[in-house]
Amino acid sequence: MTVVRIPPTLRADTDGQAALEAEGETVRDLLEDLASRFPALRERIYPEGELARYVNVYADGEDVRTREGLETEVSVDSTVILLPAMAGGC
Amino acid sequence: MATPVGLREVEPEQTRERLNEPDAPLLLDVRTDRERNTSYIPGSVHLPMAEVESRLRDVAPDPSRPIITYCATGRRSLDILPTLDALGYENGASMAGGIVAWQARGYPTESPSALDDEKLARYSRHLLIPEVGIEGQQRLLETSILLIGAGGLGSPAALYLAAAGVGRIGIVDDDRVDASNLQRQVLHSTAELGESKAESARSSIEELNPDVDVVTYEERLTSENVDHILGEGWELVVDGADNFPTRYLLNDASVWHEIPVVHGSIYRFEGQATVFKPYDGPCYRCLFPQPPPPELAPSCAEGGVLGVLPGVIGSLQANEAIKLALGIGEPLIGRLLLFDALTTTFSEVMVRRDPDCPVCGEHPTITEYIDYADFCGVPGS
Repeated sequence: MTVVRIPPTLRADTDGQAALEAEGETVRDLLEDLASRFPALRERIYPEGELARYVNVYADGEDVRTREGLETEVSVDSTVILLPAMAGGC
Repeated sequence: MATPVGLREVEPEQTRERLNEPDAPLLLDVRTDRERNTSYIPGSVHLPMAEVESRLRDVAPDPSRPIITYCATGRRSLDILPTLDALGYENGASMAGGIVAWQARGYPTESPSALDDEKLARYSRHLLIPEVGIEGQQRLLETSILLIGAGGLGSPAALYLAAAGVGRIGIVDDDRVDASNLQRQVLHSTAELGESKAESARSSIEELNPDVDVVTYEERLTSENVDHILGEGWELVVDGADNFPTRYLLNDASVWHEIPVVHGSIYRFEGQATVFKPYDGPCYRCLFPQPPPPELAPSCAEGGVLGVLPGVIGSLQANEAIKLALGIGEPLIGRLLLFDALTTTFSEVMVRRDPDCPVCGEHPTITEYIDYADFCGVPGS
């Protein structure tokens, strides 16, 4: 299982959990796994099998857009971070 | 009648030539603080004789790089050479005749006289650090840094930059001090409730350090005023804005004005910081091409924030700004630092320039200000 970190703004869709374990060999597998368990998360960031553009995904510290996108391979030791922008400076 | 030059001495002429070569030697000023404070040879590093043994490694990490020492007349700088040898610096030589001979030839010197006794005392802990020193402190005193927002992030950033002696600090904020701000916005105090934040920031900064020239802009950053504001000589911007339209506007403007932005953002227990240096590293749009929809972009007013969190992130921003101003260390260019206050962990992800970035990419498609409220899906103000 690979750990996926969930940003605070998406935790309402993951029962408040900040990190989730997910199964799969690619970032897409992990998202599919999470989306099937958390339908609200699918609706929000992964509708129709494509990741919303405002969410960055980092696998092992690299933005997957600069690698193989959702087909980027991950291992059980990988850390995957979902990260939308935060505006607050207040 | 000139004294004969010994084997381990170099004449000022030769010294000057060698300093202009690509693999120039390190020019080491071994005089006292007081002497250094009168005038020095540009580009030289100051290390008083008494400290050579303990601190030479700090200022000259590479022992194979040749060193030319100098003092007032060339005597002490010659005497120190055996110490250099003993420390493993065998390419040491002394400049014959010292700075007196240098000046007699009409060669340039600089004077750090801007640091009077009061400043020497105030910044003494900076002056002791080889990477800052008198020249670095003078550089800070000549630096102009603009803060977008005098709120959570802007508060610690402004205070530390002011304390550090950044000579000119600009504050852009159109808000007034509210009771709910005081849990974290340490620039403001109970007595300032209802006052303009920009003015409250000015009084806090001036109380802390009268060396700082504070410039206030009691307005919101807009497409109409941004060129005027950024055009007023700011070398760096510290972004502590509280909304996406301002952040995207600031990004586009700073890329076009080629001004680096030290970015920070916070929400509840989590914060982010990075540095956007136009064309050297990614910009905000390379990192986040699109803002999240408004329902996923709650402000601190809606979602809350741990009071100390902006203290951590805003201080990191001040740290980056000072490093950039001094040209030292490794700034957070191309790296996004993530901080989680609940678990007390820092993590880092890489941010790369996007060749397709609409603003700083190879073929920009956004070349003038857009409707940022519309772009971010929020009602315009």
